[in-house]
Amino acid sequence: MVVKTLIINNQLLTASEDQTILEAAKDAGIDIPTLCHLDGVSDVGACRLCLVEIEGSSKLQPACVTQVQEGMVIQTETEKLQTYRRMAVELLFAEGNHVCAVCVVNGNCQLQDVAVRVGMDHSRFPYQFPQRKVDLSHPQFGMDHNRCILCTRCVRVCDEIEGAHVWDVASRGGQSFIVSGINQPWGDVNACTSCGKCVDACPTGAIFRKGSTVAEMNHDPEKIRFLVTAREQKEWTR
Amino acid sequence: MNLEELLAIQKETKQKRQQKPKQIRCCIASGCLSCGAESVKKSLDNAIKEAHLEQEVEVLGVGCMGICGRGPSIEIDPETTLYHNVTLENIPAIITSLNQTKTSENLPPQGDLNHPFFAYQKLIVRENSGKIDPDNIDDYIAEGGYQQLHHVLLEMTPNDVIKEVTKSGLRGRGGGGYPTGVKWATVAKMPGQQKYVICNADEGDPGAFMDRAVLESDPHRILEGMAIAAYAVGANHGYIYIRAEYPLAIKRLEKAIQQAKRYGLMGSQIFDSPFDFKIDIRVGAGAFVCGEETALIASVEGKRGTPRPRPPYPAESGLWGDPTLINNVETYANIVPIIREGGDWYASIGTENSKGTKVFALTGKIENNGLIEVPMGTSIRTIVEEIGGGVLDQGTVKAVQTGGPSGGCIPAHLLDTPVEYDSLQKLGTIMGSGGMIVMDQDTSMVEIARFYMDFCQEESCGKCIPCRAGTVQLYDLLTKLVERKATQQDLDQLEALCQMVKDTSLCGLGMTAPNPVISTLQYFRDEYVSLLQVT
Repeated sequence: MVVKTLIINNQLLTASEDQTILEAAKDAGIDIPTLCHLDGVSDVGACRLCLVEIEGSSKLQPACVTQVQEGMVIQTETEKLQTYRRMAVELLFAEGNHVCAVCVVNGNCQLQDVAVRVGMDHSRFPYQFPQRKVDLSHPQFGMDHNRCILCTRCVRVCDEIEGAHVWDVASRGGQSFIVSGINQPWGDVNACTSCGKCVDACPTGAIFRKGSTVAEMNHDPEKIRFLVTAREQKEWTR
Repeated sequence: MNLEELLAIQKETKQKRQQKPKQIRCCIASGCLSCGAESVKKSLDNAIKEAHLEQEVEVLGVGCMGICGRGPSIEIDPETTLYHNVTLENIPAIITSLNQTKTSENLPPQGDLNHPFFAYQKLIVRENSGKIDPDNIDDYIAEGGYQQLHHVLLEMTPNDVIKEVTKSGLRGRGGGGYPTGVKWATVAKMPGQQKYVICNADEGDPGAFMDRAVLESDPHRILEGMAIAAYAVGANHGYIYIRAEYPLAIKRLEKAIQQAKRYGLMGSQIFDSPFDFKIDIRVGAGAFVCGEETALIASVEGKRGTPRPRPPYPAESGLWGDPTLINNVETYANIVPIIREGGDWYASIGTENSKGTKVFALTGKIENNGLIEVPMGTSIRTIVEEIGGGVLDQGTVKAVQTGGPSGGCIPAHLLDTPVEYDSLQKLGTIMGSGGMIVMDQDTSMVEIARFYMDFCQEESCGKCIPCRAGTVQLYDLLTKLVERKATQQDLDQLEALCQMVKDTSLCGLGMTAPNPVISTLQYFRDEYVSLLQVT
């Protein structure tokens, strides 16, 4: 293994050459906010919250897909980045129908956490109030598209870990939505094994276990990472 | 097929064309077809038969003649008489005029080939356009077609080809302007047995139809250019990614591929060299984002057309993870003349950093609408006022939009800017693939910005937040302005959001989506301010 040294937020640290900036920062205790990244599945660089400034590059780079390089000098909390992150979270809140008070994951929600983390208490963009559906056709789980932020963690976890590919994205732009099967009700999708990995992967209350009342549900995204390590490295203890 | 056979076809076809003293060439590209060129050609065919002139007159369907706004166009050789707006009523008069010098009242308006529209152009990409029958490979061979492929395969090493292209200074015509030679060299240097070449024919900018016209007028030119590129980078398989909205171009390409295969100009051991090459067509459903190379590759692979972060660039990991060369239609169309005349010849045309010519689709409130090809460095004023003949109804130019939804507006006082990658970028716009829309004094720049933002919010793939949700909010803010409901605070938010979407989006679509707003704000801020609510 080759070790690289780099500087993040004026802190000199080391990372192995196959690590991303996000992983290296995490190991060093530096928190870079993200919503679409999930340990154990591939990265897509879609939420843009983990953008960082790298010295010598005029473009902002997503930490989740940028590999560390020897001598990199990275800033993760510049004023510009903070402003953009807050705007991105505001855009998310204005785009869907996120009403924490009546959400099953209130208090256990990554979108909520990120909003607090970036200092967003209200959205300066007008709310769109889109007409979105709730799919309760699955016997155990439910999908509330109003709370979906299209991070595609469910899509990736179902495809890459469970191998079922129940989920995908349909339509374009602001009309995009997560689709089950070939645009069927979730309960009608034969491919679904009811494994519940998508429930654990979901950062918001969009995919939930039925029977949980408001703020009762706990997601366990760590389970995905555990499964991957278990399969790849035969470590079966958590 | 060997060189002797190729030259024999060339000679034979030329002789055949010279057998009949007269030739009527009808434009049968989409522009003219849309105003009735098909029935004009049919009636001409019938009228010639009725007049028993088959032995003397040949009617030929050809590609785009350029002046699309005045179609259907026909040209009669050897006098090179050009007629515009030909209708069925004109046909008898045209037939009579063939043998007599007598002019008739019923003749269609005659075009002037010495008009600046034609005189200021330099045809490289479009040299065969409007001259040859795009459905007939022999016509292409008659103009020297496939001879450069032969030359490259039998007399040049892949490295020689790359050197020649590098020497030419050709830059990518899709809009980015990346040096073509460098791109080719990168793919050539990548290790790996399997490599691909892709032709990006996913032209989707509002107001742009250059690639379509090139494909419809001279499809073999693209095939030959791609084959040369494939030889240079070590690929044996090519894809043309084209949108389903271009059915005629697809039909002609399919036919061209079949003809090339039948002649052994595509397939295995072309010209008895060890080089194998085949081309497949991939028809896209028509998504603007699929012009973005990583989204295009995903779409060719049969996946949802969404971009992914780069690096790795397609040159390193493209189609199915193999090294892939992606170039635009016009870029490939430039290859044959570069090989034929040499890189130095090409580099002698244009300016210091922008070599060769550029094809533009000149549209909007202008006298002469159509396709033009001018040397780089030609000023926008020359294009608009001389070639384009100025604004309709004696109006004045307010701005010229280039680069489509990724570009911006050039205000009237900067019309003397030469057409170059860098000079346009300095003005906050881009060359783009080559759409050029002229706007007159009555155009509202805020509404133009809103039009492009509407396009972008519809065409966003929805993957990243700034582009998916940001363009929607930008569109709403612009609507508020147009409806005179916006305040200074909204204008400030508009500007801040433009910057955020530009800086944080995942791919080129999102990064450039705010450009029409940013550039109109730069030059026409008054218009935005005058729409604000007085508080």
